[in-house]
Amino acid sequence: MQQLSYFELVGFGPNGWGWALLMATGMTIAVATCGFLAGSVVGTFVAWGKIGGHAPVRWLADGYTTVLRGIPDLLVIYLFYFGGSAALGAIGSLFGAEGFIGVPAFVTGALAIGIVSGAYQAEVFRGAYQVVSRGELEAARAVGMHRWLMFRRIIAPQVLRYAIPGLGNTWQLVLKESALISVTGLVELLRQSQVAAGSTRRPFDFYITAAILYLLITWVSTYLFQRAETHSMRGMRRAS
Amino acid sequence: MDFAFMQEAFLRLIAGVPLTLNLAFTSIAFGAVLAMLLALMRMSNIKAFDWPARAYVFVFRGTPLLVQIFLIYYGLGQFRPALQELGLWGFFREPYWCAVLALTLNTAAYGSEIIRGGLQSVPYNQVEAARACGMSGFLLFRRIIFPIAVRQALPAYGSEIILMVKATSLASVITMMEVTGLAAKMISQTFRAVEVFVVAGLIYLVLNFAITRIIMAIEWWLSPHLRRPPAVEPRLEAAHV
Repeated sequence: MQQLSYFELVGFGPNGWGWALLMATGMTIAVATCGFLAGSVVGTFVAWGKIGGHAPVRWLADGYTTVLRGIPDLLVIYLFYFGGSAALGAIGSLFGAEGFIGVPAFVTGALAIGIVSGAYQAEVFRGAYQVVSRGELEAARAVGMHRWLMFRRIIAPQVLRYAIPGLGNTWQLVLKESALISVTGLVELLRQSQVAAGSTRRPFDFYITAAILYLLITWVSTYLFQRAETHSMRGMRRAS
Repeated sequence: MDFAFMQEAFLRLIAGVPLTLNLAFTSIAFGAVLAMLLALMRMSNIKAFDWPARAYVFVFRGTPLLVQIFLIYYGLGQFRPALQELGLWGFFREPYWCAVLALTLNTAAYGSEIIRGGLQSVPYNQVEAARACGMSGFLLFRRIIFPIAVRQALPAYGSEIILMVKATSLASVITMMEVTGLAAKMISQTFRAVEVFVVAGLIYLVLNFAITRIIMAIEWWLSPHLRRPPAVEPRLEAAHV
Protein backbone atom coordinates (compact mmCIF):
# COMPACT_ATOMS: atom_id res chain seq x y z
CA MET A 1 0.00 0.00 0.00
CA GLN A 2 1.22 3.40 -0.88
CA GLN A 3 1.97 5.69 2.02
CA LEU A 4 -0.61 8.47 2.29
CA SER A 5 0.64 12.00 2.67
CA TYR A 6 -0.20 13.84 5.89
CA PHE A 7 -2.85 15.98 4.26
CA GLU A 8 -4.54 13.02 2.62
CA LEU A 9 -4.55 11.32 6.01
CA VAL A 10 -6.23 14.08 7.99
CA GLY A 11 -8.08 15.63 5.07
CA PHE A 12 -11.64 15.08 3.90
CA GLY A 13 -10.86 12.75 0.98
CA PRO A 14 -11.93 9.09 0.68
CA ASN A 15 -9.05 7.88 2.87
CA GLY A 16 -9.06 10.93 5.09
CA TRP A 17 -10.07 11.08 8.72
CA GLY A 18 -11.12 14.72 8.45
CA TRP A 19 -14.82 14.31 9.16
CA ALA A 20 -14.21 11.92 12.01
CA LEU A 21 -11.77 14.35 13.61
CA LEU A 22 -14.15 17.24 13.10
CA MET A 23 -17.02 15.33 14.73
CA ALA A 24 -14.71 14.39 17.59
CA THR A 25 -13.74 18.04 18.04
CA GLY A 26 -17.43 18.85 18.28
CA MET A 27 -17.80 16.13 20.92
CA THR A 28 -14.89 17.57 22.89
CA ILE A 29 -16.50 21.00 22.86
CA ALA A 30 -19.90 19.53 23.76
CA VAL A 31 -18.67 17.49 26.73
CA ALA A 32 -16.48 20.34 27.96
CA THR A 33 -19.36 22.83 27.71
CA CYS A 34 -21.80 20.54 29.52
CA GLY A 35 -19.22 19.86 32.21
CA PHE A 36 -18.45 23.54 32.55
CA LEU A 37 -22.13 24.46 32.91
CA ALA A 38 -22.68 21.67 35.44
CA GLY A 39 -19.65 23.05 37.26
CA SER A 40 -21.16 26.52 37.27
CA VAL A 41 -24.27 25.22 39.02
CA VAL A 42 -22.22 23.24 41.54
CA GLY A 43 -19.85 26.16 41.99
CA THR A 44 -22.67 28.61 42.65
CA PHE A 45 -24.11 26.49 45.45
CA VAL A 46 -20.72 25.74 46.97
CA ALA A 47 -19.78 29.42 46.86
CA TRP A 48 -23.10 30.24 48.51
CA GLY A 49 -22.34 27.69 51.23
CA LYS A 50 -18.90 29.21 51.75
CA ILE A 51 -20.17 32.78 51.97
CA GLY A 52 -23.50 32.58 53.68
CA GLY A 53 -23.72 29.12 55.23
CA HIS A 54 -23.74 28.23 58.89
CA ALA A 55 -20.64 26.62 60.29
CA PRO A 56 -21.39 23.00 59.23
CA VAL A 57 -22.38 24.05 55.71
CA ARG A 58 -19.25 26.16 55.47
CA TRP A 59 -17.05 23.31 56.61
CA LEU A 60 -18.68 21.03 54.09
CA ALA A 61 -18.14 23.53 51.28
CA ASP A 62 -14.54 24.17 52.32
CA GLY A 63 -13.92 20.45 52.51
CA TYR A 64 -15.39 19.97 49.06
CA THR A 65 -13.13 22.53 47.39
CA THR A 66 -10.05 21.33 49.27
CA VAL A 67 -10.60 17.67 48.42
CA LEU A 68 -11.58 18.13 44.79
CA ARG A 69 -8.66 20.42 44.12
CA GLY A 70 -6.23 18.11 45.91
CA ILE A 71 -6.87 14.81 44.14
CA PRO A 72 -6.13 13.98 40.50
CA ASP A 73 -8.98 14.50 38.04
CA LEU A 74 -8.33 11.11 36.52
CA LEU A 75 -9.25 9.48 39.84
CA VAL A 76 -12.58 11.33 39.88
CA ILE A 77 -13.27 10.17 36.34
CA TYR A 78 -12.54 6.56 37.32
CA LEU A 79 -14.85 6.94 40.31
CA PHE A 80 -17.70 8.12 38.13
CA TYR A 81 -17.03 5.63 35.39
CA PHE A 82 -16.79 2.51 37.55
CA GLY A 83 -18.77 3.76 40.53
CA GLY A 84 -21.60 5.13 38.41
CA SER A 85 -22.32 1.84 36.71
CA ALA A 86 -22.00 -0.04 40.00
CA ALA A 87 -24.52 2.30 41.61
CA LEU A 88 -26.88 2.00 38.65
CA GLY A 89 -26.50 -1.77 38.77
CA ALA A 90 -27.44 -1.75 42.46
CA ILE A 91 -30.50 0.39 41.76
CA GLY A 92 -31.37 -1.76 38.78
CA SER A 93 -31.26 -4.96 40.82
CA LEU A 94 -33.82 -3.44 43.19
CA PHE A 95 -36.20 -3.33 40.26
CA GLY A 96 -35.33 -6.79 39.09
CA ALA A 97 -32.92 -5.86 36.31
CA GLU A 98 -29.85 -8.03 36.22
CA GLY A 99 -26.29 -7.66 35.09
CA PHE A 100 -24.13 -4.71 34.20
CA ILE A 101 -25.75 -1.38 33.43
CA GLY A 102 -23.39 1.06 31.77
CA VAL A 103 -23.71 4.79 32.27
CA PRO A 104 -23.37 6.67 28.99
CA ALA A 105 -19.78 7.89 28.75
CA PHE A 106 -20.94 11.38 27.90
CA VAL A 107 -22.92 11.68 31.12
CA THR A 108 -20.07 10.26 33.21
CA GLY A 109 -17.60 12.63 31.62
CA ALA A 110 -19.73 15.74 31.90
CA LEU A 111 -20.58 14.93 35.54
CA ALA A 112 -16.97 14.26 36.49
CA ILE A 113 -15.84 17.49 34.86
CA GLY A 114 -18.71 19.33 36.51
CA ILE A 115 -17.85 18.05 39.97
CA VAL A 116 -14.17 18.96 39.60
CA SER A 117 -14.62 22.31 37.89
CA GLY A 118 -17.34 23.18 40.40
CA ALA A 119 -14.67 23.32 43.07
CA TYR A 120 -12.58 25.74 41.01
CA GLN A 121 -15.58 27.83 39.99
CA ALA A 122 -16.74 28.08 43.60
CA GLU A 123 -13.45 29.78 44.44
CA VAL A 124 -13.79 32.08 41.43
CA PHE A 125 -17.33 33.08 42.42
CA ARG A 126 -16.37 33.57 46.04
CA GLY A 127 -13.52 35.86 45.04
CA ALA A 128 -15.78 37.81 42.71
CA TYR A 129 -18.47 38.18 45.38
CA GLN A 130 -15.96 39.69 47.72
CA VAL A 131 -15.37 42.51 45.23
CA VAL A 132 -19.07 43.47 45.11
CA SER A 133 -19.35 46.57 47.23
CA ARG A 134 -20.96 46.04 50.64
CA GLY A 135 -22.71 49.39 50.30
CA GLU A 136 -24.66 48.21 47.28
CA LEU A 137 -25.91 45.15 49.13
CA GLU A 138 -26.95 47.33 52.02
CA ALA A 139 -28.70 49.72 49.67
CA ALA A 140 -30.55 46.83 48.04
CA ARG A 141 -31.73 45.65 51.43
CA ALA A 142 -32.67 49.21 52.36
CA VAL A 143 -35.00 49.54 49.38
CA GLY A 144 -36.66 46.33 50.48
CA MET A 145 -35.29 43.75 48.06
CA HIS A 146 -35.65 40.17 49.11
CA ARG A 147 -32.83 37.67 48.91
CA TRP A 148 -33.76 36.24 45.55
CA LEU A 149 -34.44 39.63 43.99
CA MET A 150 -31.18 40.98 45.38
CA PHE A 151 -29.34 37.96 44.02
CA ARG A 152 -30.86 38.38 40.59
CA ARG A 153 -30.57 42.14 40.28
CA ILE A 154 -27.48 43.07 42.27
CA ILE A 155 -25.28 40.10 43.07
CA ALA A 156 -25.41 37.86 39.98
CA PRO A 157 -24.68 40.53 37.34
CA GLN A 158 -21.73 41.94 39.25
CA VAL A 159 -20.28 38.61 40.33
CA LEU A 160 -20.42 37.42 36.74
CA ARG A 161 -18.63 40.53 35.58
CA TYR A 162 -15.76 40.12 38.00
CA ALA A 163 -15.65 36.37 37.53
CA ILE A 164 -15.09 36.36 33.77
CA PRO A 165 -11.26 36.19 33.85
CA GLY A 166 -11.32 33.42 36.45
CA LEU A 167 -14.01 31.56 34.55
CA GLY A 168 -11.85 31.82 31.43
CA ASN A 169 -9.03 30.07 33.25
CA THR A 170 -11.39 27.40 34.53
CA TRP A 171 -12.72 26.84 31.03
CA GLN A 172 -9.19 26.21 29.79
CA LEU A 173 -8.72 23.68 32.58
CA VAL A 174 -12.02 22.00 31.70
CA LEU A 175 -11.13 21.82 28.05
CA LYS A 176 -7.84 20.09 28.80
CA GLU A 177 -9.49 17.87 31.37
CA SER A 178 -11.97 16.70 28.75
CA ALA A 179 -9.08 14.84 27.10
CA LEU A 180 -9.02 12.55 30.15
CA ILE A 181 -12.58 11.44 29.35
CA SER A 182 -11.02 9.42 26.53
CA VAL A 183 -10.15 6.72 29.10
CA THR A 184 -13.87 5.97 29.44
CA GLY A 185 -14.17 5.35 25.70
CA LEU A 186 -16.13 8.48 24.78
CA VAL A 187 -15.14 9.28 21.21
CA GLU A 188 -13.88 12.79 21.70
CA LEU A 189 -10.85 14.30 20.01
CA LEU A 190 -8.14 12.32 21.78
CA ARG A 191 -10.02 9.01 21.62
CA GLN A 192 -10.71 9.50 17.92
CA SER A 193 -7.02 10.20 17.34
CA GLN A 194 -6.14 7.04 19.21
CA VAL A 195 -8.51 5.03 17.05
CA ALA A 196 -7.18 6.58 13.86
CA ALA A 197 -3.58 6.14 14.99
CA GLY A 198 -4.23 2.48 15.73
CA SER A 199 -5.81 1.71 12.39
CA THR A 200 -3.34 3.63 10.22
CA ARG A 201 -0.17 3.11 12.29
CA ARG A 202 0.56 6.82 12.03
CA PRO A 203 0.29 7.87 15.69
CA PHE A 204 2.45 10.98 15.43
CA ASP A 205 0.41 12.47 12.61
CA PHE A 206 -2.85 12.06 14.47
CA TYR A 207 -1.67 13.16 17.90
CA ILE A 208 -0.07 16.26 16.46
CA THR A 209 -3.34 17.00 14.65
CA ALA A 210 -5.21 16.60 17.92
CA ALA A 211 -2.76 18.97 19.58
CA ILE A 212 -3.30 21.54 16.84
CA LEU A 213 -7.08 21.27 17.14
CA TYR A 214 -6.88 21.69 20.93
CA LEU A 215 -4.68 24.74 20.42
CA LEU A 216 -7.23 26.14 18.02
CA ILE A 217 -10.07 25.72 20.51
CA THR A 218 -8.00 27.29 23.28
CA TRP A 219 -7.05 30.18 21.09
CA VAL A 220 -10.61 30.91 19.95
CA SER A 221 -11.99 30.62 23.46
CA THR A 222 -9.31 32.94 24.86
CA TYR A 223 -10.40 35.49 22.29
CA LEU A 224 -14.08 35.04 23.15
CA PHE A 225 -13.46 35.41 26.87
CA GLN A 226 -11.47 38.57 26.22
CA ARG A 227 -14.34 39.95 24.18
CA ALA A 228 -16.76 39.08 26.96
CA GLU A 229 -14.53 40.78 29.50
CA THR A 230 -14.25 44.05 27.58
CA HIS A 231 -17.98 43.92 26.91
CA SER A 232 -18.88 43.43 30.56
CA MET A 233 -16.43 46.08 31.71
CA ARG A 234 -17.74 48.79 29.43
CA GLY A 235 -18.81 51.75 31.50
CA MET A 236 -16.57 50.76 34.40
CA ARG A 237 -13.97 53.23 35.49
CA ARG A 238 -10.54 51.70 35.85
CA ALA A 239 -7.78 52.58 38.21
CA SER A 240 -5.13 52.50 35.54
CA MET B 1 -17.87 0.73 53.96
CA ASP B 2 -15.71 -2.30 54.39
CA PHE B 3 -12.74 -1.31 56.48
CA ALA B 4 -10.85 -4.56 56.05
CA PHE B 5 -10.99 -4.08 52.31
CA MET B 6 -9.94 -0.46 52.62
CA GLN B 7 -6.96 -1.50 54.68
CA GLU B 8 -5.97 -3.96 51.99
CA ALA B 9 -6.43 -1.26 49.36
CA PHE B 10 -4.29 1.11 51.39
CA LEU B 11 -1.46 -1.40 51.60
CA ARG B 12 -1.58 -1.99 47.87
CA LEU B 13 -1.84 1.66 46.86
CA ILE B 14 0.85 2.93 49.20
CA ALA B 15 3.30 0.92 47.11
CA GLY B 16 2.72 3.42 44.30
CA VAL B 17 3.70 6.47 46.35
CA PRO B 18 7.46 6.24 45.67
CA LEU B 19 6.86 6.24 41.92
CA THR B 20 4.38 9.13 42.16
CA LEU B 21 6.87 11.21 44.13
CA ASN B 22 9.73 10.14 41.90
CA LEU B 23 7.91 11.24 38.75
CA ALA B 24 6.80 14.48 40.34
CA PHE B 25 10.16 15.53 41.73
CA THR B 26 12.29 14.43 38.79
CA SER B 27 10.15 16.41 36.39
CA ILE B 28 9.87 19.41 38.71
CA ALA B 29 13.67 19.52 39.07
CA PHE B 30 14.34 19.35 35.32
CA GLY B 31 11.32 21.54 34.63
CA ALA B 32 12.49 24.30 36.95
CA VAL B 33 15.82 24.57 35.12
CA LEU B 34 14.06 24.72 31.76
CA ALA B 35 11.52 27.20 33.14
CA MET B 36 14.30 29.49 34.34
CA LEU B 37 15.87 29.35 30.89
CA LEU B 38 12.54 30.13 29.21
CA ALA B 39 11.85 33.01 31.58
CA LEU B 40 15.25 34.52 30.83
CA MET B 41 14.58 34.08 27.12
CA ARG B 42 11.24 35.89 27.48
CA MET B 43 12.90 38.74 29.33
CA SER B 44 15.96 39.02 27.12
CA ASN B 45 14.34 41.61 24.80
CA ILE B 46 15.92 39.76 21.90
CA LYS B 47 13.27 38.68 19.43
CA ALA B 48 15.13 35.55 18.37
CA PHE B 49 14.92 34.31 21.98
CA ASP B 50 11.63 35.88 23.00
CA TRP B 51 9.42 34.46 20.25
CA PRO B 52 10.44 30.81 20.50
CA ALA B 53 9.85 30.97 24.25
CA ARG B 54 6.43 32.56 23.72
CA ALA B 55 5.48 29.90 21.19
CA TYR B 56 6.67 27.15 23.52
CA VAL B 57 4.56 28.43 26.40
CA PHE B 58 1.53 28.87 24.15
CA VAL B 59 1.75 25.36 22.76
CA PHE B 60 2.40 23.54 26.03
CA ARG B 61 -0.20 25.46 28.01
CA GLY B 62 -2.78 25.22 25.25
CA THR B 63 -2.80 21.46 24.77
CA PRO B 64 -3.79 18.75 27.24
CA LEU B 65 -0.96 17.00 29.04
CA LEU B 66 -2.40 13.65 28.03
CA VAL B 67 -2.02 14.57 24.36
CA GLN B 68 1.61 15.53 25.02
CA ILE B 69 2.23 12.22 26.76
CA PHE B 70 0.67 10.26 23.89
CA LEU B 71 2.56 12.30 21.35
CA ILE B 72 5.86 11.45 22.99
CA TYR B 73 5.20 7.84 23.99
CA TYR B 74 3.14 6.56 21.05
CA GLY B 75 3.68 9.28 18.47
CA LEU B 76 7.45 9.14 18.35
CA GLY B 77 7.21 5.40 17.79
CA GLN B 78 6.37 6.31 14.21
CA PHE B 79 9.99 7.43 13.78
CA ARG B 80 11.45 4.34 15.38
CA PRO B 81 14.07 3.57 12.72
CA ALA B 82 15.37 7.14 12.77
CA LEU B 83 15.45 7.18 16.58
CA GLN B 84 17.21 3.83 16.66
CA GLU B 85 19.83 5.20 14.32
CA LEU B 86 20.35 8.17 16.63
CA GLY B 87 20.56 5.84 19.61
CA LEU B 88 17.62 7.55 21.29
CA TRP B 89 15.19 4.67 21.04
CA GLY B 90 16.25 3.26 24.39
CA PHE B 91 15.02 6.49 25.96
CA PHE B 92 11.69 6.79 24.13
CA ARG B 93 10.87 3.12 24.53
CA GLU B 94 10.64 3.49 28.29
CA PRO B 95 7.27 4.77 29.55
CA TYR B 96 9.04 6.18 32.61
CA TRP B 97 11.28 8.49 30.61
CA CYS B 98 8.47 9.49 28.27
CA ALA B 99 6.33 10.44 31.25
CA VAL B 100 9.19 12.38 32.84
CA LEU B 101 9.88 14.17 29.56
CA ALA B 102 6.24 15.13 29.00
CA LEU B 103 5.79 16.30 32.59
CA THR B 104 9.06 18.26 32.44
CA LEU B 105 8.16 20.04 29.22
CA ASN B 106 4.70 20.78 30.57
CA THR B 107 5.72 22.14 33.94
CA ALA B 108 8.46 24.23 32.34
CA ALA B 109 5.83 26.15 30.37
CA TYR B 110 3.75 26.95 33.46
CA GLY B 111 6.79 27.49 35.64
CA SER B 112 8.40 29.95 33.25
CA GLU B 113 5.40 32.26 33.54
CA ILE B 114 5.56 32.06 37.34
CA ILE B 115 9.30 32.80 37.37
CA ARG B 116 8.83 35.62 34.90
CA GLY B 117 6.18 37.13 37.15
CA GLY B 118 8.57 36.85 40.08
CA LEU B 119 11.47 38.44 38.20
CA GLN B 120 9.26 41.27 36.99
CA SER B 121 8.01 41.97 40.48
CA VAL B 122 11.49 42.94 41.66
CA PRO B 123 11.19 46.67 42.39
CA TYR B 124 13.38 48.72 40.11
CA ASN B 125 14.72 50.87 42.91
CA GLN B 126 16.34 47.77 44.40
CA VAL B 127 18.17 47.21 41.14
CA GLU B 128 19.09 50.88 41.02
CA ALA B 129 20.43 50.77 44.56
CA ALA B 130 22.49 47.69 43.75
CA ARG B 131 23.93 49.39 40.70
CA ALA B 132 24.78 52.39 42.81
CA CYS B 133 26.73 50.07 45.09
CA GLY B 134 28.64 48.88 42.04
CA MET B 135 26.94 45.54 41.44
CA SER B 136 26.12 44.47 37.94
CA GLY B 137 25.63 41.43 35.78
CA PHE B 138 25.62 38.09 37.50
CA LEU B 139 26.44 39.47 40.92
CA LEU B 140 23.39 41.73 40.75
CA PHE B 141 21.25 38.81 39.64
CA ARG B 142 22.57 36.45 42.29
CA ARG B 143 22.45 38.82 45.23
CA ILE B 144 19.44 41.05 44.55
CA ILE B 145 17.14 40.00 41.75
CA PHE B 146 17.05 36.25 42.26
CA PRO B 147 16.42 36.19 46.02
CA ILE B 148 13.59 38.73 45.77
CA ALA B 149 12.05 36.97 42.78
CA VAL B 150 12.15 33.59 44.52
CA ARG B 151 10.23 34.96 47.48
CA GLN B 152 7.61 36.41 45.17
CA ALA B 153 7.27 33.33 43.03
CA LEU B 154 7.32 30.68 45.73
CA PRO B 155 3.59 30.56 46.60
CA ALA B 156 2.61 30.20 42.94
CA TYR B 157 5.36 27.65 42.37
CA GLY B 158 4.01 25.74 45.35
CA SER B 159 0.64 25.33 43.67
CA GLU B 160 2.43 24.30 40.50
CA ILE B 161 4.14 21.52 42.49
CA ILE B 162 0.74 20.36 43.77
CA LEU B 163 -0.57 20.38 40.21
CA MET B 164 2.40 18.27 39.14
CA VAL B 165 1.76 15.69 41.84
CA LYS B 166 -1.78 15.46 40.50
CA ALA B 167 -0.52 15.36 36.92
CA THR B 168 1.66 12.30 37.59
CA SER B 169 -1.60 10.35 37.65
CA LEU B 170 -1.69 10.63 33.86
CA ALA B 171 1.43 8.48 33.66
CA SER B 172 -0.83 5.58 34.61
CA VAL B 173 -2.32 5.78 31.12
CA ILE B 174 1.03 4.72 29.67
CA THR B 175 1.34 1.73 32.01
CA MET B 176 3.15 3.39 34.91
CA MET B 177 1.91 1.81 38.11
CA GLU B 178 1.85 4.77 40.43
CA VAL B 179 -0.99 5.42 42.88
CA THR B 180 -3.69 6.11 40.28
CA GLY B 181 -2.51 3.26 38.09
CA LEU B 182 -2.73 0.82 41.00
CA ALA B 183 -6.11 2.26 41.96
CA ALA B 184 -7.50 1.84 38.45
CA LYS B 185 -6.23 -1.72 38.34
CA MET B 186 -7.74 -2.49 41.71
CA ILE B 187 -11.10 -0.93 40.79
CA SER B 188 -11.32 -2.95 37.59
CA GLN B 189 -10.47 -6.13 39.50
CA THR B 190 -12.84 -5.65 42.43
CA PHE B 191 -15.46 -3.20 41.08
CA ARG B 192 -15.45 -1.43 44.42
CA ALA B 193 -14.82 2.03 43.08
CA VAL B 194 -15.87 4.04 46.11
CA GLU B 195 -13.60 2.36 48.66
CA VAL B 196 -10.55 2.41 46.41
CA PHE B 197 -11.29 6.01 45.43
CA VAL B 198 -11.50 7.10 49.07
CA VAL B 199 -8.17 5.44 49.90
CA ALA B 200 -6.37 6.79 46.81
CA GLY B 201 -7.84 10.25 47.35
CA LEU B 202 -6.66 10.23 50.97
CA ILE B 203 -3.14 9.32 49.90
CA TYR B 204 -3.03 12.23 47.45
CA LEU B 205 -4.51 14.62 50.00
CA VAL B 206 -1.90 13.66 52.58
CA LEU B 207 0.91 14.05 50.03
CA ASN B 208 -0.34 17.44 48.93
CA PHE B 209 -0.94 18.59 52.48
CA ALA B 210 2.64 17.68 53.39
CA ILE B 211 3.98 19.54 50.35
CA THR B 212 1.89 22.62 51.16
CA ARG B 213 3.29 22.62 54.69
CA ILE B 214 6.88 22.30 53.44
CA ILE B 215 6.39 25.20 51.01
CA MET B 216 4.88 27.30 53.78
CA ALA B 217 7.86 26.53 56.00
CA ILE B 218 10.28 27.57 53.25
CA GLU B 219 8.28 30.76 52.70
CA TRP B 220 8.47 31.54 56.40
CA TRP B 221 12.18 30.86 56.43
CA LEU B 222 12.80 33.07 53.38
CA SER B 223 10.91 36.10 54.63
CA PRO B 224 12.21 37.05 58.05
CA HIS B 225 11.60 40.70 57.20
CA LEU B 226 7.85 40.14 57.05
CA ARG B 227 7.64 38.41 60.40
CA ARG B 228 6.44 40.38 63.34
CA PRO B 229 9.32 41.39 65.57
CA PRO B 230 9.40 39.52 68.87
CA ALA B 231 6.91 41.09 71.22
CA VAL B 232 8.41 43.56 73.63
CA GLU B 233 6.55 44.30 76.82
CA PRO B 234 5.20 47.82 76.53
CA ARG B 235 6.54 49.97 79.27
CA LEU B 236 4.00 52.03 81.09
CA GLU B 237 4.68 55.70 80.81
CA ALA B 238 4.08 57.23 84.15
CA ALA B 239 2.89 60.53 82.71
CA HIS B 240 -0.04 58.96 80.93
CA VAL B 241 -1.35 56.78 83.67
